[in-house]
Amino acid sequence: MSEFVYLYRGGRRPESPAEGEQVMQKWVAWLGDLAAKGHIKDQGQPLEDEGKVVRAKGRTITDGPYPESKDIVGGYTIVEAKDLAHAAQLAGGCPIFDHDGLVEVRPVMKM
Amino acid sequence: MEPGEHLFRRESGRIVAALSRIFGLDNLTLAEDVAQDVFCRALEVWKLRGVPENPSAWLMKAARNRAVDLLRRQRRTRHLMPELGQLFESEWTLVPTVTEALSAEAIKDDQLRMMFSCCDPNLSEDVQVALILRLLCGFTVDEIANAFLSKHAAIEKRIERGKKALAASKRLFDMADAELSARLSAVHRALYLLFNEGYHGSSGQRVVRSELCREAMRLASTLLENPLVCAPETYALCAMMWLHAARLRARVDGYGDLIPLADQDRSLWDRALIAKGEDLLERSADGAELSEYHVEAAIASIHSNAPRVEETDWTRLVWLYDMLMQIRPSPVIALNRAIAIAHLNGPESGLEAIRAIPHDDRLDQYPFFPAALAELELRAGKIDAAREHFRAAAALARNTKERRFLELRAEAAAH
Repeated sequence: MSEFVYLYRGGRRPESPAEGEQVMQKWVAWLGDLAAKGHIKDQGQPLEDEGKVVRAKGRTITDGPYPESKDIVGGYTIVEAKDLAHAAQLAGGCPIFDHDGLVEVRPVMKM
Repeated sequence: MEPGEHLFRRESGRIVAALSRIFGLDNLTLAEDVAQDVFCRALEVWKLRGVPENPSAWLMKAARNRAVDLLRRQRRTRHLMPELGQLFESEWTLVPTVTEALSAEAIKDDQLRMMFSCCDPNLSEDVQVALILRLLCGFTVDEIANAFLSKHAAIEKRIERGKKALAASKRLFDMADAELSARLSAVHRALYLLFNEGYHGSSGQRVVRSELCREAMRLASTLLENPLVCAPETYALCAMMWLHAARLRARVDGYGDLIPLADQDRSLWDRALIAKGEDLLERSADGAELSEYHVEAAIASIHSNAPRVEETDWTRLVWLYDMLMQIRPSPVIALNRAIAIAHLNGPESGLEAIRAIPHDDRLDQYPFFPAALAELELRAGKIDAAREHFRAAAALARNTKERRFLELRAEAAAH
């Protein structure tokens, strides 16, 4: 088994608590399923939308992680899978796709 | 635990009530925005981290942090917090004061005060009910519009009108106010209407919207917890709700169609709710005042205690309907009285009693008026007349379920 990071990018905000709750329940179900199958290494954390980008030894500091809000990383999870293809396949069930978001799957570099 | 929408609705009511005391009723929208924001954050975190063991405490803590943050930032620019005033000025007292204001005990009082604020007699009853659903039950405008088969814009306007009136008073209703007992009547009435809307469901596709009943019962039981407002009428109102609610399960069949009282499977009635309702009814028998809720609860109790429809105490029912006609005369009550008379003295007497009801526009639009005529004509053996009345009733039906119910009766009458 190798480790991979899921970076959750973009995805609309829910329009009402009721919708948000449905979305949340889908996430809990999806991650719960992955955890039950032993794929979750670290359930990760959600990230705030705000942030700063530091460049050139701190000489340029700009607001916002990205100029395009649709690309913002909203959270991450660390999973275990056979290989990159397997990890990508497991990401296919992520509820983020219902809300115009995407999952970036990146292998954790082995020492 | 499953968060479920009830958690969010309930917590929204609690957060908005507490924050309204902190920010003032003139900043109600701010309180609602904070509640909304807290939920959105909760969902973001919970979707990855899972739902915490005590989601309610989590939400309150998040609300506290947001409130403290807002108060710090707006200390100079806006005049917030009319009640807790200077306690927010100093950094020393800010956090403890907000924490205290969001404690379970304080919130209980604030919710009650909010309920009384919503029932401002200057507001029409439909505005009061809409405000209660919005502010205390956390319904969205769309959910309220859906419940009352109204347009989004109409409900929004209704709520705006209500909020404007609330803002004028700035503070939540003071339970020590001399107006308390008059307000309590308005609160009873609003909760009664809310319950009835759920129970009789004059609008919407579903006949019984038990959610509205549940919310009315939840809010009514908070009245019982406060010695200032747990009056005999409060007990009577609760008794009526519990006794009716006991029959909710038996009122609809597998297709979602309405089942009349006489045809219900009485083994489906919820015995625990009936017992609780009877207990409440007993407690309501205190003092000299006999309210319409007392009588309505007594009527519900008679039905609940009859093992079969034939064993119903119709004599007492007619007597109770007579009494109800004296307290709050209405053609609908007169109609129910006539039906009880028919059970007691036969269909001809019932028909006679119906014909004696003075007509008004409201009754002419009420599908159960021709439906009652139809049932009695049917029992009197006049099948053609019965079918005619059933058809007239179906044409007046207010929702598809009601129409289906009446059409089925019309069909059955033909055989």
